[in-house]
Amino acid sequence: MITAFADPFDALVNLQRSLEARLASDWLADQTTSQGPFPPINVFQQGSDLLAIIELPGIDKDSLQIQAQENTVRIAGKKTVSYPEGVSVHRRERIFGEFDRTLSLPVQLEPDGIKAEYRDGILALFLPRSERDKPRTIKIS
Amino acid sequence: MDAKQELQVQQKRELDKKEEGTIPVRAFLPTADIYESQDALKVVLEMPGVEKGNVDVRVEDGVLNVEGRLDLTKYQGLQPLYTEYNIGHYSRSFRLSNKINQDKIGAELKEGVLSLTLPKVEEAKPRTIQVN
Repeated sequence: MITAFADPFDALVNLQRSLEARLASDWLADQTTSQGPFPPINVFQQGSDLLAIIELPGIDKDSLQIQAQENTVRIAGKKTVSYPEGVSVHRRERIFGEFDRTLSLPVQLEPDGIKAEYRDGILALFLPRSERDKPRTIKIS
Repeated sequence: MDAKQELQVQQKRELDKKEEGTIPVRAFLPTADIYESQDALKVVLEMPGVEKGNVDVRVEDGVLNVEGRLDLTKYQGLQPLYTEYNIGHYSRSFRLSNKINQDKIGAELKEGVLSLTLPKVEEAKPRTIQVN
């Protein structure tokens, strides 16, 4: 009998491998937008809809602007990093500034159904596919 | 040209482990800012995706260890289509240049940014040295 180890590390390894496998996949190859600009985006499929997960630590929620059209999503905002006065710096690695990125997707979206959530430095965009874009089952009569 | 400088993506740096684990899991270094004021050392670390209860901060033998664990349940049932970054737990250590009052370490996690305040002990506070 094989015992299954309920090791959370296994789940993470598998997740890391599946993310690695889709790194800069050609899913967006035919689009005008490219990979690379800030902020980094991961796109997942959730049922028949899409979910974009964007790492944006330390952003003021009110500075985020999200616009959606039929197949593009625009994410703009400003990241600020401030230091108190009179401190001496040991290490400065965090980056800050303004960003404005458009992601165009190879599917049609339902702009009214898009939801955005910002928590723990992660921006999650729920991107529902438009009804007419969804696959239909065709019955053979 | 546009005067506004475009923000570049910072590639995640992977943690170099001293020993290898039996499972090839990857961990990442949180981006850090460290600055020093008159009475404390401030360490600011970016750990997007880490929730409040999943942070571990320790000071041992003058080394600050910070760990942040991700909650993977959020990724259940998701099929990656296109990715630009990998995810993993965060871990980083710093050898501290000052003596720290360990009982008074302050930690605050907000929007994926962990701010640590490490108060210096009295003897470690700077003295002005007079040049004769």
